[in-house]
Amino acid sequence: MFKRIKQVAIAASIAAACLAATLPAARAAEEQFFMLPDYRVGPYGANGQSFYGGFIDYLNYVNMKGGIDGVQIAWEECETEYNNAKGVECYERLKSKAQKAPGPIHTMSTGISYALVDKSAADKLPLAMMGYGLTSAVDGSVFPWSFPLVTTYQMQASAIIKFLKDKNGGSLAGKKIVFLYHDSAYGKEPILALEAEARLNKYTLVQIPVAHPGNEQGAQWQRIRQEQPDYVIMWGWGVMNMTAIKTAQKMGFPREKMIGSWWAGSEEDTVPAGDAAKGYMSATWNVAGKGVPLIADIEKTVYGAGKGNLKDTSKLGTILYNRGVSAAVLSVEAIRTAQAKYGKGKAMGPEQVRWGLENLNLTDARLKALGATGLLPEVKTSCDNHEGSGKVKMQQWDGTKWVPLTDWIEGNKQLIHPLFKADAAKYAKEKGITPRDCSKEK
Amino acid sequence: MFYRETGQFKTSYAADQQIFPIRQDRIGIMLLLVVAFVVVPLVASNYWFNAILIPFLIFSLAALGLNILTGYAGQLSLGSAAFMAVGAYAAYNFQVRVEGMPILASFVLAGLTAAGVGILFGLPSLRIKGFYLAVATLAAQFFIVWCLTKFPYLSNNSSSGVISVPGIEVFGMKFDAPQERYLLVLAIVALLALAAKNMVRSTTGRAWMAVRDMDVAAEVIGIRLMCTKLLAFAVSSFYCGVAGALYAFCYLGSVEPDGFSLDLSFKILFMIIVGGVGSVLGSFLGAAFILLLPIFLDIFLPWLSGVLQLPFDGATVSHIQLMVFGALIMFFLIVEPHGLARLWQIGKEKLRLWPFPH
Repeated sequence: MFKRIKQVAIAASIAAACLAATLPAARAAEEQFFMLPDYRVGPYGANGQSFYGGFIDYLNYVNMKGGIDGVQIAWEECETEYNNAKGVECYERLKSKAQKAPGPIHTMSTGISYALVDKSAADKLPLAMMGYGLTSAVDGSVFPWSFPLVTTYQMQASAIIKFLKDKNGGSLAGKKIVFLYHDSAYGKEPILALEAEARLNKYTLVQIPVAHPGNEQGAQWQRIRQEQPDYVIMWGWGVMNMTAIKTAQKMGFPREKMIGSWWAGSEEDTVPAGDAAKGYMSATWNVAGKGVPLIADIEKTVYGAGKGNLKDTSKLGTILYNRGVSAAVLSVEAIRTAQAKYGKGKAMGPEQVRWGLENLNLTDARLKALGATGLLPEVKTSCDNHEGSGKVKMQQWDGTKWVPLTDWIEGNKQLIHPLFKADAAKYAKEKGITPRDCSKEK
Repeated sequence: MFYRETGQFKTSYAADQQIFPIRQDRIGIMLLLVVAFVVVPLVASNYWFNAILIPFLIFSLAALGLNILTGYAGQLSLGSAAFMAVGAYAAYNFQVRVEGMPILASFVLAGLTAAGVGILFGLPSLRIKGFYLAVATLAAQFFIVWCLTKFPYLSNNSSSGVISVPGIEVFGMKFDAPQERYLLVLAIVALLALAAKNMVRSTTGRAWMAVRDMDVAAEVIGIRLMCTKLLAFAVSSFYCGVAGALYAFCYLGSVEPDGFSLDLSFKILFMIIVGGVGSVLGSFLGAAFILLLPIFLDIFLPWLSGVLQLPFDGATVSHIQLMVFGALIMFFLIVEPHGLARLWQIGKEKLRLWPFPH
């Protein structure tokens, strides 16, 4: 027996040695390297497949169209299983490859991004957290390397309140709103914003937590029935969303009065809930469907050439797929912005990509040129504002697909951004960071 | 031939009772320590420090803690991750709330806090045993995670419940670079492992083993069950607590309560089952196996499928990796149910006779 194990061990070590020899593969000179700490297995694997499928499809699409002004994009995936420790391992494994000419890192996981905020700053690698992650990183003076692009949980909550206010003739005074949330970092982020809005708009806020994973919500909805709220805002995740929608139906709460966050607004949440989901609303920062020219073009170009990343092509045009494409569009545009300043047709170094992310100006005209009109809101970042937009759309599930209800709605920046500033200042104090002076950045 | 104790005579009790009675073992362990403390920091890359060596040492410590409780004292526990969480959050709070608190003191206090919580959740062990006790420790797992989420005070009123630890400074020296953090972790782990090794050879350890083998008999010969069991819980939780503090401060840098889930507890339990229940060495071997094998497969399988031109994409490789990992665990458990530590022991026995068995 011992002998056999010895053989196995020898075989394994030889294999490892061969592997080590092949690792430092030479790369072409002008190449931008994206590390993709993604997840395709594990509890949230389905979400990751759609998101990273869209992301990689767009990178392929750019490469097939000649790259970013001639600079080809390379990437390497690493499976994180949505696990923080594995995410850090992936980051450490890929970072040496990315140090020369990195693309923004997208982890699609709040936990992993939290763990990477300090590490990526120390290694000087730009970290993007689109709609998740450490929201106080909006303050770029404390977090030069982290970009919670497009919008944050707090701004989203504020935008939802604004949407409800408009729906109620401009006032929410005397209304009662239940906040049903996943009892985790993710679910608790918007509470401060909702409380601040409650003081301003004079509505009553009732907070009801749901323990992970949330596949049994009888008690919570019983309470909701007693409270008789005007609206339920839901910060759900995974199986919790489907359960909430079904339980609401069972308890007779109208789904037209339920509004989910953008993690509670994808096909993965509504399709399993069946009929119960009809009328359910959610926020989103990108639209679904193949109606956007870019998505249709990706299908034609990339899938036509047999280079598509998705095995299950029915996922094309879903919310999360389109979100992956949107994230890739922003990343590539940031590199383009950097190239415009530091030299077209060259691979951009970390500091240059960071500059590109910080000076991104994605206008509707530019989106139109990309064929992405209406796919995502306009984004204009600066040192003060790493978020760049703060706008979301409301969408409603009509039983078969998501239908956009509104135009882009911006949250109350005057109310919410000071919260980020205060939080960032506290972070800077705890960590001993001296904030940059944003007025000196150009 | 080389590994033979012939001719090594013990002339004093001290010599007879030392940790490694065979000279070759002493030389071996010395070499190992020299390699770990001197050679590794000189040659290893940042990837090795951050992604492999530091987590390996931290999980070894946690596995060692669980091994004391489960392997030596025979009390099955599913709450190790929760005790790590207590350690991580306690260290953070001591560090943030007490001005000028030395980090090492924070670690010790974190361990003591975890020990206190461990004693509390160890109380049911006085009445229930085996699987029923495992269920009782599950309560610790869920209660502690719930508690850390519920009370914002514990995470210094962070709006998300996630804590982000301050930098490490010992005696005015900053521990920023990966190798410095590695050395700090290594020193703590080596010290605690030495303490554990001595503890299990002492009266305390013998009492634990007596309780494990048959608690009625142990009681009859005069071992106080309550003290012994609770002490095992306290020591075990202390180790897990320090591991948790290191996990937060030296490894991830930021942790959330959900990170210390039941999955992590099971992972630590698998480490001691694969490594060897009731063995200090087994804790290290098990941690290495459970942590390093997936990483190895993760790198090796895509490379293999690339060389052999197999039509696998990233997701398939990840699935295959899980299957291979599971199959290897089963393989080892069938071949050697007493874990890797036992394999090592068998190897040593064979070496003694080599090259002339019989």
